[in-house]
Amino acid sequence: MPPSPLPYHCPLGDRAASLCLECSGRGLPEFLPPPSSPVLMLPRQPPAGWLCWTRPGAAIPLDFDISSPLTYGTPSSRVEGTPRSGVRGTPVRQRPDLGSVRKARQVDLHSDGPTEDIATDQSLGQKLVIWGTDVNVASCKEKFQRFLQRFIDPLAKEDEDIGLDLNEPRYMQRLEEINMVGEPFLNVNCDHLRSFDENLYRQLICYPQEVIPTFDMAANEIFFDRYPDSILEHQIQVRPYNALKTRNMRSLNPEDIDQLITISGMVIRSSQLIPEMQEAFFKCQVCAFTTRVEIDRGRIAEPSVCKNCNTTHSMALIHNRSMFSDKQMIKLQESPEDMPAGQTPHTVALFAHNDLVDKVQPGDRINVTGIYRAVPIRVNPRVSNVKSVYKTHIDVIHYRKTDAKRLHGVDEETEQKIFTEERVEILKELSKKTDIYERLSSALAPSIYEHEDIKKGILLQLFGGSRKDFTHTGRGNFRAEINILLCGDPGTSKSQLLQYVYNLVPRGQYTSGKGSSAVGLTAYVMKDPETRQLVLQTGALVLSDNGICCIDEFDKMNESTRSVLHEVMEQQTLSIAKAGIICQLNARTSILAAANPIESQWNPKKTTIENIQLPHTLLSRFDLIFLMLDPRDEAYDRRLARHLVSLYYRSEEKMEEEYMDMAVLRDYIAYARSYVNPRLSEEASQALIEAYVDMRKIGSGRGMVSAYPRQLESLIRLAEAHAKVRFSEKVETIDVEEAKHLHREALKQSATDPRTGIVDISILTTGMSTTARKRKEELAQALRKLIQSKGKTPALKYQQLFDDLRAQSDTAVTKEMFEEALRALADDDFLTVTGKTVRLL
Amino acid sequence: APCPAGLPPQNVPNSDWEKKVTEYFKEKLKENNATNWVPSLNDVPVHYLKPNSLVKFRCMVQDMFDPEFYMGVYETVDPNTNARVLHFGKYRDVAECGPQQEIDLNSSQTVTSERQTFYCVPVPGESAWVKEISFLTDQARVSPSTSYTPSRHKRSYEEDEDMDLHPSKQKEQHTGSGGDIHGCVEPKRLETEASAGHHLISPNCSPPLDLNFPLPGEKGPACLVKVYESWDNFKVNDVLEVYGILSVDPVLSIVNNEERDSSALDPMECMDTAEEQRVHSPPASLVPRIHVILAQKLQHINPLLPACLNEEESKTFVTNFMSELSPVRAELLGFLTHALLGDSLAAEYLILHLISTVYARRDVLPLGKFTVNLSGCPRNSIFTEHIYRIIQQLVPASYRLQMTIENMNHSRFIPHKDYAANRLVSGVLQLASNTSLVVDETQLEQGQLDTTGVHNVTALGNLITWQKVDYDFSYHQMEFPCNINVLITSEGRSLLPSDCQVHLQPQIIPPNMEEYMNSLLTAVLPSVLNKFRIYLSLLRLLDYSISDEVTKAVEEDFVEMRKNDPESITADDLHRTLLVARFLSLSAGQTTLSRERWLRAKQLEALRKVRLQQQKCVNGNEL
Repeated sequence: MPPSPLPYHCPLGDRAASLCLECSGRGLPEFLPPPSSPVLMLPRQPPAGWLCWTRPGAAIPLDFDISSPLTYGTPSSRVEGTPRSGVRGTPVRQRPDLGSVRKARQVDLHSDGPTEDIATDQSLGQKLVIWGTDVNVASCKEKFQRFLQRFIDPLAKEDEDIGLDLNEPRYMQRLEEINMVGEPFLNVNCDHLRSFDENLYRQLICYPQEVIPTFDMAANEIFFDRYPDSILEHQIQVRPYNALKTRNMRSLNPEDIDQLITISGMVIRSSQLIPEMQEAFFKCQVCAFTTRVEIDRGRIAEPSVCKNCNTTHSMALIHNRSMFSDKQMIKLQESPEDMPAGQTPHTVALFAHNDLVDKVQPGDRINVTGIYRAVPIRVNPRVSNVKSVYKTHIDVIHYRKTDAKRLHGVDEETEQKIFTEERVEILKELSKKTDIYERLSSALAPSIYEHEDIKKGILLQLFGGSRKDFTHTGRGNFRAEINILLCGDPGTSKSQLLQYVYNLVPRGQYTSGKGSSAVGLTAYVMKDPETRQLVLQTGALVLSDNGICCIDEFDKMNESTRSVLHEVMEQQTLSIAKAGIICQLNARTSILAAANPIESQWNPKKTTIENIQLPHTLLSRFDLIFLMLDPRDEAYDRRLARHLVSLYYRSEEKMEEEYMDMAVLRDYIAYARSYVNPRLSEEASQALIEAYVDMRKIGSGRGMVSAYPRQLESLIRLAEAHAKVRFSEKVETIDVEEAKHLHREALKQSATDPRTGIVDISILTTGMSTTARKRKEELAQALRKLIQSKGKTPALKYQQLFDDLRAQSDTAVTKEMFEEALRALADDDFLTVTGKTVRLL
Repeated sequence: APCPAGLPPQNVPNSDWEKKVTEYFKEKLKENNATNWVPSLNDVPVHYLKPNSLVKFRCMVQDMFDPEFYMGVYETVDPNTNARVLHFGKYRDVAECGPQQEIDLNSSQTVTSERQTFYCVPVPGESAWVKEISFLTDQARVSPSTSYTPSRHKRSYEEDEDMDLHPSKQKEQHTGSGGDIHGCVEPKRLETEASAGHHLISPNCSPPLDLNFPLPGEKGPACLVKVYESWDNFKVNDVLEVYGILSVDPVLSIVNNEERDSSALDPMECMDTAEEQRVHSPPASLVPRIHVILAQKLQHINPLLPACLNEEESKTFVTNFMSELSPVRAELLGFLTHALLGDSLAAEYLILHLISTVYARRDVLPLGKFTVNLSGCPRNSIFTEHIYRIIQQLVPASYRLQMTIENMNHSRFIPHKDYAANRLVSGVLQLASNTSLVVDETQLEQGQLDTTGVHNVTALGNLITWQKVDYDFSYHQMEFPCNINVLITSEGRSLLPSDCQVHLQPQIIPPNMEEYMNSLLTAVLPSVLNKFRIYLSLLRLLDYSISDEVTKAVEEDFVEMRKNDPESITADDLHRTLLVARFLSLSAGQTTLSRERWLRAKQLEALRKVRLQQQKCVNGNEL
């Protein structure tokens, strides 16, 4: 926009003033008809005061003549703006979100500005701006219309906007939607606007109070041009969102006042609905003359004299003919992720108006777009000194719940961390290093010594696999998250590892199996004491959606709590049916669990299942199960000692270095998680197939199955995660190799049959090694033979039979084994056991 | 007293002016102990201080409120003459203007600025001796800006009951300042108004304002500290010394009341609940405001030590003290041995414990914490109480936590956010760095812990293991790292985790414990006691390193030990022995580990373990 030679002289002035005089001659006209009245077609014209609103701090050298009788700019004066054509039956509605704080200012009209009409003189119109801004209404409107008509999002993804044709102008389709659905709100992504017209975007950010009404005008013009017969509840209101101006509550400062901002946070409190008077209706007690007075800076100026009969103090307020709008106060608190350590969260007050009231509830995480306001604390006429502090709040224009989004899909905009270009450069540079995988894994929890494979496993877990969606083919989502179980001796820094991971990832949750109940993990329904409304409170698993849920003392968790995990760990959802609320929440969380052996020490003679006593159905849902044992070897001890000693004296630079590493690591992971989505290459798929076949073969030689499709899925996930570590869009053979390696290592540790020394996956999938199962069958057969050899006796003594079997068998037979064999035979309908007798059938 | 004056309008405000203010005060306060001239809010009751004068306050940041936008520059206008005057709004709560003037809220000259409010309380658990000594140093000179005059003495006694902390003997010394007449009148009016207002409020609408001290039974002024620059550097629980302008303008309370009255009418005002109002703008007489000119984080609060140890003068102090370190250590060891009924090993460990501090964190692991569990304490005796009293005499800040079922179930340990009042409600575990927390488990009986109790015990355990407290923000928790020395006294092994358990072996059983302990404390000369205090505070701040050579030796040693006894020697043992070696070296004033110290550390550990072993045998299957 060219710089205006006459930036502060408003040519509209005289015309507006004359309008005003006209009005005052007849008393104030009735502008806001009830929605049912179709006759009045006054276009919505909120920017009545926009010609002169300004913000504190914006220094404008101008002389005011307060005593001037020719004033305009009160909100009740209206100027024509939108075309009348086509606006049929759609009433205007005030936007309290734009004008809850009116800073109407009187303006000197004795200026020698030009008197041309803005609509008739285009050339001059180019130079006219709204007072106090550089916004030219006509050009601003035109630009926005062009934006609406032409904007095609080049970055749009198929899955983002269902039902939109990506090659057609996006917002025209939205208008069509409005015509069909009848919801008169047009949400505009500021990012789109920015990529379309940087200057218009800047104006929107800096002067939202003036620019948004202009946008409204523009949108309505287009809309009613296209759909002249459409009747909406009220005229379309444009709601911009995703303004990049501010993201963090902490960075709000006085410069943001009266600007359009977007911040994220969590709702902590919401007030009751407050009816706010927009327009008061007064009636003269004497002559029944009526008049309306609009709210001005939060006050209603009660007319002291009736204009009709000149009686003083005869005007009385008629409540039920006054206009009210809904309003709600909401307290928003900074999200925990945005906060610097060691400080308490900031809060900010929001005012929601009309249909935005009650849209959010305490506990919701939201992104708010609105105008930041600072209001001086009211001057008290009785005290000349006033508090020098402003009250600040945000007038909400647009909400975006980040929680609700989770139910549908990954919310790209809120989840994505913004990286500076240099940062991305650094990360990319880093990713090119050949040893990046080793580097990252050694940067992970450096205070914990060795356990390289475990760290690598956790690293891959942090990256996660690629998300695949098979909903169309009916199989639903494939899990992309990697679950890991650490078991082992107490005191092998399992908890420390968990703590580290919990501190590293932004959406980590840390619980202990001992202390958590199923309710604490999932979600529970709470009755809000104030509103008597049922509220769904989410637990650790839901909270760590898209993050990692660290569960310590996994073995101590009670049965019912654990059963919740079955669904979470495979389907990645949580079903809740409680107090009339039935829903399925997403819980796409990776689980990192730590379990101690049942006996205080790990018994190497027992299998994993026997050591930790967890159901195999749960164990098979872990991609990797690692043992953390205390290795007893001299070289290890020596290295450990050196490592520990180095911990115990301070070396500032080294500390710094490592601290840097943690930040880099965090960014690296965040970047990879949001931007890298590797897919399997041809060779990699081939390698995976081979690996799987090999795994199956190992077992088949001995007549047992050593791999199941679940293991194949695990391999794929691990390979994808490894490709993510390299920032590679393709999963290649090396990724598969590493996945195989890790998988094998984990199996070697956890699925080795202690009796035979052979890796046997069935220990994890069925809870019993194949040899053990074979032995069980053999025993049952031996028992059957024994009974049959006894001839045709209908019943046998339990103890007698047990002793006989023990005498006959060459290996030791325990009571459990005997009972198991009996049960197996009972299942075959060979016998029944009643009390101390065994009956044949 | 400094008072930023309104400037004529042609003087356009610039930030240079503001920088110069801080520079000026920084320079002035450096000059010959000028800091002692500034009256301290810690010592002098608020109503004796002249409003708008320079004061200092030693405090802990308990909560941080939302940033505040205020009129940095505002313009007043005289409606009659139309004369306009610009004023500065910095360092004040109230935008003042003359009787004939009005503030022009729409003035284009208005500059909106930002400041941050901290809610500060005196350092929790601050020992009486710290208060006493800092009070005495302050009073060594006449403080010119207090309005403390003998004629007002009578009032002081009644007020002192709840406002004043220092023992009565000092009150006599506290006189003799040359308060001017003007200063005398102001606070008087303030007092009557504030107390009247306070009494009016309390009976009908709400309980007296909870000043939110972390520890029960604490007294002293809480203060709203307004910070104007680099507030991001400060954290919750930081200990600060602030120099700033005291603001107790009664208008603050009046504005409050007005707001409350009209809040029903004006929708703009209902954004804050009455509760929030009460907390965020309490009566200035109860919670004064300080507008900070200078604020510094304190490394320690021991008044016997120079505040900042990096300066030249302090270095000579340190070297002087270090030269006579070993007799002090010997004396302290003797003293503690007596206190621990003749057990010198326990006394040795107690010294190590008292100089321990978290010096670094490796990812989540706090390094340098040394929680000692002193087991074998006589049950239900006054022994633990006296041990605490002795510790209290030695360290600048401490608290004794009696672990009874009752206490566990009903105390507030974890600070939590009260969203209605929008503040962080404090709890026992909100303590400043290097506070000594003595947990007395001998008081614990069998019984049922309820939910609060379980949470409290878990929080205490987390504090010991990770040196952090998870504050409860109801929708989420937030982790606040801390650095608290925890000493647990118990009969058997404590149910809380600890780094090191020392079983007490009393050599003497005094017939009258009370008498024995009392005589022990009175026998120590104050000068010696002060040396102990310096010793413990100073050694904590020293650096430490281990040479490569010693590293090698330690390595060898560890491998050797593992070879001999792989079952009982674990990485944890090495961790602990290294800690003991570290503090042992430091306690002798050595900043590197020598081979001898390492051996001595191993020896101490061996002695300690033998005792535990014996204990195990005595109790059969215990432990």
